[in-house]
Amino acid sequence: MIHHFDLIIIGAGPAGLAAAIYTSRAAVKTLVIDESSAGGQVKTTHQVANYPGFIEPVSGYQLASNMKKQAEKYGTKFELAAEITDLNLVGDEKWVKADGETYTAKHIIIATGSSPRLLNVPGEKEFKGAGISYCATCDGEFYTGKDIVVVGGGNSAMEESLSLLQFVNSITVIHQFDTLQAEKITADKMIQSPKVNILWSHEPRGFEKNGEKMIVTAENLKTKEMVTIERDGVFIFVGMLPNVGVLKNTTLEFSKYGYIVTNENMETNIEGVYAAGDVRDKKYRQIATAVGDGTVASLEVIRKM
Amino acid sequence: MLQTNLEHLMNKEELKTAIDSNEMVAVCCGRMGPMCIPVYEVFDIFQEKYPNIKFMDMEFDSPESAVIRSLPECSTFRGLPFTVYYRNGKVVKATSSIQNAKQIKEIIEEVFS
Repeated sequence: MIHHFDLIIIGAGPAGLAAAIYTSRAAVKTLVIDESSAGGQVKTTHQVANYPGFIEPVSGYQLASNMKKQAEKYGTKFELAAEITDLNLVGDEKWVKADGETYTAKHIIIATGSSPRLLNVPGEKEFKGAGISYCATCDGEFYTGKDIVVVGGGNSAMEESLSLLQFVNSITVIHQFDTLQAEKITADKMIQSPKVNILWSHEPRGFEKNGEKMIVTAENLKTKEMVTIERDGVFIFVGMLPNVGVLKNTTLEFSKYGYIVTNENMETNIEGVYAAGDVRDKKYRQIATAVGDGTVASLEVIRKM
Repeated sequence: MLQTNLEHLMNKEELKTAIDSNEMVAVCCGRMGPMCIPVYEVFDIFQEKYPNIKFMDMEFDSPESAVIRSLPECSTFRGLPFTVYYRNGKVVKATSSIQNAKQIKEIIEEVFS
């Protein structure tokens, strides 16, 4: 079945929801499609303390839920947990196919956000949740008194590691560079901890399991030597990647890091197609900047309707 | 208590009633954390898409959740949430850690079709 809209927003995070609030209030018939639920990364953030308007920290889940309800109140339609199988971004009538339905619109805002990067090495998917984790606050206590590996040396890796230190006996950090990329104050805390050992210039090449233990094979990037480490668990924090998988076969312009290039009006190189939020090539990725992007994109759409 | 739109299981008796009175039941046992919330949310959306499946949640930190945590199918799990699928009163699938909508849909098609 074909469903017609004025605007399709792909992605229901803060950028997409902010855009939907503006366009729906302006009587632009708006559909938001997301392969997950509404809220993007915000919905999984424990507390948000830097979003204007909230004197006390607000739970990310609540903030995301409110944004969705606000958009719904003004008439935004949602198709959530819908698998996008194909899309066409060119021409006057653009379309998106999801869960066997076809949705058309003259304008599209891409607000698909970004997701934690996977290492994509053998064993990573197989042992997710059974030795490999991506969240210290969620899974740290499973490793109380245990010895673990942390992969990554950026801010999130080191902040999560400091949280893990409350539970674990020791952490072996595997990091691809000679120095930690985290802020100095965080990095110093880690380096000074007697529980922390760092394997500099190494990258994991695979994970296996031996009984309850995880076997990590890592390559020394300088000598090409392989080392094997046996620990109780592995936590991976290696940055974020833009969610552009569904856009790979389009003619959109991407930055060298895979983010969508726009001008200051959030317009991409394809007429009628905008990008907003974390998926856009920009310096700062915050809830407030995502909302700002979504607002600008929506105002451009409204202006051109 | 979990702040979700799902029906909450408070104890093992409620779980037993649910799996005795529904052919297909999916239970997400977790916290209000970043790995669990996406699963609750997908379950919430799927309540409408799959009305013949009973989607429920249970608080991981409640002692009552031992009924999930101590399942043999969950014995190697080290990541929240523990998600368990029951058919005709028996466990037919269990997963550890976050699953996206596509993965949950695949499991539903695998074990409930």
